[in-house]
Amino acid sequence: MTGSSLSARNLTAGYGDRTVLQSLDLDVAKGGITAIVGANACGKSTLLRTMSRLLVPATGQVLLNGKSIHHTPPRALAQRLGLLPQSPTAPDGMTVADLVSRGRHPHHGMLSRWTAADDAAVARAMTVTGTADLAEREIDALSGGQRQRVWIAMALAQQTDVLLLDEPTTFLDIAHQIEVLDLLVDLNRADGTTIVMVLHDLNLAARYADRILALAQGHLHAAGTPEDVLTSDTVRHVFGLACQIITDPVSGKPMMLPRSRHDRTAPRVMKPLRSVPTKASPT
Amino acid sequence: MIVSPPRTHADLIPQLSHQRRRRERRRLQIVAALAALLIAGGVLTLMVGQSTTPLHVVLRVLSGEDVPGASFTVGTLRLPRMTLAVLAGLSFGLGGAACQTLLRNPLASPDIIGITAGSGAAAVLGIVMLQWSGAAISVLAIVGGLGTALLIHALAWRDGLSGARLILIGIGIAAMLNSVTAYVLLQAPAWSLQEALRWLTGSVNGARLGQALPLLTALLTFGSLLLVRSRDIDALRLGDDKAAALGVRLGAVRLQVIIGIVGLISTATAAVGPIAFVSFLAGPIAAWIVGPGRPVLVPAALVGAVLVLGGDYAGQFLLPNRYPVGVVTGALGGPYLLYLIVRMNRTGRVA
Repeated sequence: MTGSSLSARNLTAGYGDRTVLQSLDLDVAKGGITAIVGANACGKSTLLRTMSRLLVPATGQVLLNGKSIHHTPPRALAQRLGLLPQSPTAPDGMTVADLVSRGRHPHHGMLSRWTAADDAAVARAMTVTGTADLAEREIDALSGGQRQRVWIAMALAQQTDVLLLDEPTTFLDIAHQIEVLDLLVDLNRADGTTIVMVLHDLNLAARYADRILALAQGHLHAAGTPEDVLTSDTVRHVFGLACQIITDPVSGKPMMLPRSRHDRTAPRVMKPLRSVPTKASPT
Repeated sequence: MIVSPPRTHADLIPQLSHQRRRRERRRLQIVAALAALLIAGGVLTLMVGQSTTPLHVVLRVLSGEDVPGASFTVGTLRLPRMTLAVLAGLSFGLGGAACQTLLRNPLASPDIIGITAGSGAAAVLGIVMLQWSGAAISVLAIVGGLGTALLIHALAWRDGLSGARLILIGIGIAAMLNSVTAYVLLQAPAWSLQEALRWLTGSVNGARLGQALPLLTALLTFGSLLLVRSRDIDALRLGDDKAAALGVRLGAVRLQVIIGIVGLISTATAAVGPIAFVSFLAGPIAAWIVGPGRPVLVPAALVGAVLVLGGDYAGQFLLPNRYPVGVVTGALGGPYLLYLIVRMNRTGRVA
């Protein structure tokens, strides 16, 4: 599998009268890992929902390999583009193997039978996500980290070359966050799966993504490598937060240290945020 | 015995396919067992009533032979009653389970959220006010059921559909429509208590074989609308977003499923009245039999038929008095509804 290119052209979308995204243009790196970051209610999830066909844009289009996804039959699209929504729920009592098997849905018509290829795809998805040992366990009985790995396994069984994830690390402790993100990097490296994920944690985004898209009020404020995007100017504009950027000694990527009104070493931040002169020191 | 966990996906494939085959076999066994139970129950109700007719006599009547006495009790009394009970039960069970699955809530069955009440009210209005009968009543019941479905949908819609809001609005609409039925029944000139009871609780008293044909036609038409979509209905249980991400056409599937549900429930209601709680109970009972997380449509249809057939038989012969089937199923469904409400109170959400 090679990655597919995903891009948005002049995208305007929202709910009812409320416009969330304003004529957005963006390109997702083919075969790369892209993180979408931004403040609450800036349109991150709306963007992901529009890019995965859950939401029909008011104007503009989303192109998968140059073809509009809103003009692609849903099942054909679901064979190429997968989505893991934010905190999905499994029916009570469903087992892990059963749930992961549902990922094969788009590969079946009304009457087609389950084949050996389906078993192979499910088995592989469960092996790479480390959920094989859980096959007969019920989803409800799993820990948060295990559950998230099962949902990723289901998305993998779908065998798409683009995978969109809406905050895949929410509600996970830090060890499980790292585990899930490491797993996504493995998949990206092994299969060339194009990965697009909404992340809240800027430092994790900088660490795991090849490219970062920073959204502010429904506009694309910045796009590029973590080094390009994660600057104190961007953070101030996107989050209204004063910060200092240093180089993460572990990964060599940029790392954001927020300033607080209570920092003893930064007394000037006591003033209202907007008027704070930021001391950007990009190492 | 401790099975060592599979290390590679090559080890896992045979394990998965073995478990899947076992699940499929178990599912077939359950469906076969329920079908056998239904057939046995059907034969029993043909044989044993206030008098007992031997099996060979029942078979002779069924083959069209004229047997003095037996032709009347079996052919005219028991057979239409049994046929109607089975067909209505299949319709209520299938429609109810599809509705609960579509709305992902055991409380969201057609008899709770007002679809049955809408069909019943339309049928009673048609019979009493317009003096209609036969197929026209079925069509009117479908129109009434569909109208009710659209009404609760429109009232519950606010930037999307919330199951809890839809259920509460449906319960209110059902109460209003039931009072319409009661009012119209009071205006009816000279109806027997039996006739009125059919429209209040549901009954297969006085069934005629001619009523079975519209019911069978509706079961085949609307039932197949649901069954061809069973895979998509199953995917909907993962939530709208996840189902859409799996390639389910949400709007089209939902419309087709709602038409299927309303068609089944309305035609059955037009024939035998709103038999209490059958569509509410069949899905959960079937889910309990097939195990959690497994598809329930076909087992639920069979459970529905067993409930109506068994309930009617119990109401006729096993209880101290004669009761219409709806009273018996109502007595079964009430406690389960209370259980759901208690659980809802404890968890703080609607089921």
